[in-house]
Amino acid sequence: MAVISYIEAITQALKEEMERDENVFIMGEDVGKRGGVFQATKGLYEEFGQKRVIDTPLAESAIVGVGIGAAMYGMRPVAEMQFADFMLPATNQIISEAAKTRYRSNNDWSVPLTIRAPYGGGVHGGLYHSQSMEAIFANVPGLKIVMPSTPYDVKGLLKASIRDPDPVIFFEHKRAYRLIKGEVPDEEYVLPIGKADVKREGEDVTVITYGLAVHFALQAAEKLAAEGISTHVLDLQTVYPLDKETVIEAARKTGKVLLVTEDTKEGSVISEVAATIAENCLFDLDAPIRRLAAPDVPPMPYAAPLEKTCMLQPDQVEHAIRELAEF
Amino acid sequence: MENRHQALGFSDQDVLKMYEIMLTARRIDERLWLLNRAGKIPFVVSCQGQEAAQVGAAFALNREKDYVAPYYRDFGLVLAWGMTVREMMLNNFAKAEDPNSGGRQMPGHFGYRKLRMLTHSSPVTTQNPHAVGIALAAKLRGDDIVSFVTFGEGSSNQGDFHEAANFAGVHKLPVIFMCENNHYAISVSLKQQFACDHISDRAKGYGMFGKTFDGNDPLAAYEAVKEAADRAHRGEGPSLLEADCYRLTPHTSDDNDMTYRTKEEVATAKKHDGVMTFADYLRSLGILTEEKEKEMEERIRKDIDESTDYAEKAAFADPESVFRYVYEEKD
Repeated sequence: MAVISYIEAITQALKEEMERDENVFIMGEDVGKRGGVFQATKGLYEEFGQKRVIDTPLAESAIVGVGIGAAMYGMRPVAEMQFADFMLPATNQIISEAAKTRYRSNNDWSVPLTIRAPYGGGVHGGLYHSQSMEAIFANVPGLKIVMPSTPYDVKGLLKASIRDPDPVIFFEHKRAYRLIKGEVPDEEYVLPIGKADVKREGEDVTVITYGLAVHFALQAAEKLAAEGISTHVLDLQTVYPLDKETVIEAARKTGKVLLVTEDTKEGSVISEVAATIAENCLFDLDAPIRRLAAPDVPPMPYAAPLEKTCMLQPDQVEHAIRELAEF
Repeated sequence: MENRHQALGFSDQDVLKMYEIMLTARRIDERLWLLNRAGKIPFVVSCQGQEAAQVGAAFALNREKDYVAPYYRDFGLVLAWGMTVREMMLNNFAKAEDPNSGGRQMPGHFGYRKLRMLTHSSPVTTQNPHAVGIALAAKLRGDDIVSFVTFGEGSSNQGDFHEAANFAGVHKLPVIFMCENNHYAISVSLKQQFACDHISDRAKGYGMFGKTFDGNDPLAAYEAVKEAADRAHRGEGPSLLEADCYRLTPHTSDDNDMTYRTKEEVATAKKHDGVMTFADYLRSLGILTEEKEKEMEERIRKDIDESTDYAEKAAFADPESVFRYVYEEKD
């Protein structure tokens, strides 16, 4: 098994899928010669040529909309949004079109399109290069939203997204790109979309989260183990539709639940997780459900101290777990 | 009148067929208003005044191979493309057998994969990038097809119009954008919609071929679309065409157009109605005889009567079916 970075897992998944299926192609801003502003498509232009790694005009609605048309023709486009923050011009194409095509045509047409988008803060990106955009799309039936945390999950889930018969938004944490490394098997594998994954077994407190915050939870769990606090960590992986069964199981296991997101709190993905637990696990709970999220201000200012105030910090996760354990 | 269709390669039979489809679209539309006013269907969105451009355009394309992305007024286009009168009526009665959406969408929201007709929504102009995507995919696969998309002039002000046209221009894709300029975006008139003389003037900005033609003349539509299709097949990229039409009815059955235009204006436009003027053309050449016209009207009426009856009696989709096809279902 090789150890690779989060972003290398993306490049590998794209490369292998393009080798496997000639219908797979990439389109987006700077994805060609430049290899992507983050280098996620590095080397693919050289390997597959400009017909399959297409530099598009700077126009997000067209990148998604043209991708939808190509998908309807039978291709498997992977459309890159340079930053998740810049997806909003494409929202109509994503919500009104990609998400509803199968439904509105009564299963006649479908859109097997993957939309990749780097999200997340802590990179001095200011208000428009730091946001978490998942909540905007997380009540749109017809979409699937995947937000992996490790290189292993990235590779297996990106491949699954490209092979999926329906539109998938694949959010990649940009701070995780080079920060997070992990083992990835040499042989081919694909992971299931729609399944949460237990990242650590524990008995006292359940943490349910996704993306970069999974690593904060795992670090905290390791530290707290020394204090005798056993933490169960569930990684949602797919934030829409939710894997409700696994969420309920994880909540029941300890009866004390901490939900973590780096998104702003109100109306976030974890609010739905909280509602699911409240509906199903009331008599299994030993403490109120606790949510840890960014403050409800536009995320997130550029200046370092301001950014730090808005960005989820690992020690906050640790404190919250300890408090719940002591409840 | 001078015979214009022969030079375009059409037989008398061809132009009679062309006229019959235009007339069928018109007669369906008229029937829908009656059904609406009789309380049988909740909503009508009309094609009247645009049939000539729609049908003429369809005749210029390869109806066995090419892709179309229509919009909600395209009765003439979809009929020419192979949709039946019965299917049109099933669509308007929103019944389970409607091939467009099985009653899920409002009427006139076409889509039929068997006919290579893309499904579309109500937020306008979203179909333009899709048509470009079809052309891009076909080019990647080396398929020699044309992707044809239609929209109103109101739609031509949307961002998706620009983004799609620019993308198609840059990649020299075989797309034909045909704007059906019916002079109104619901109540908003042309002067309040755009400041150039013609929508087709914008073609230059996208590095593509542009042309405005008389939208009341199916032969003019044929010529323009044929020229655009020939260019597309030769690898010369997309075209932006503009059919100068007029919307003869209110926007929909829920609109009152007398709040923003006059009876006189509509009456003047009706003098140029393509269904009427093309009939005059065919009559003057002795192609549409009194007998043929009578037969045609009877044939159309019978088809519409039977189709209406069938659609009215047909079943709605099972209420439980609302849960289906959000995502792919295995088996």
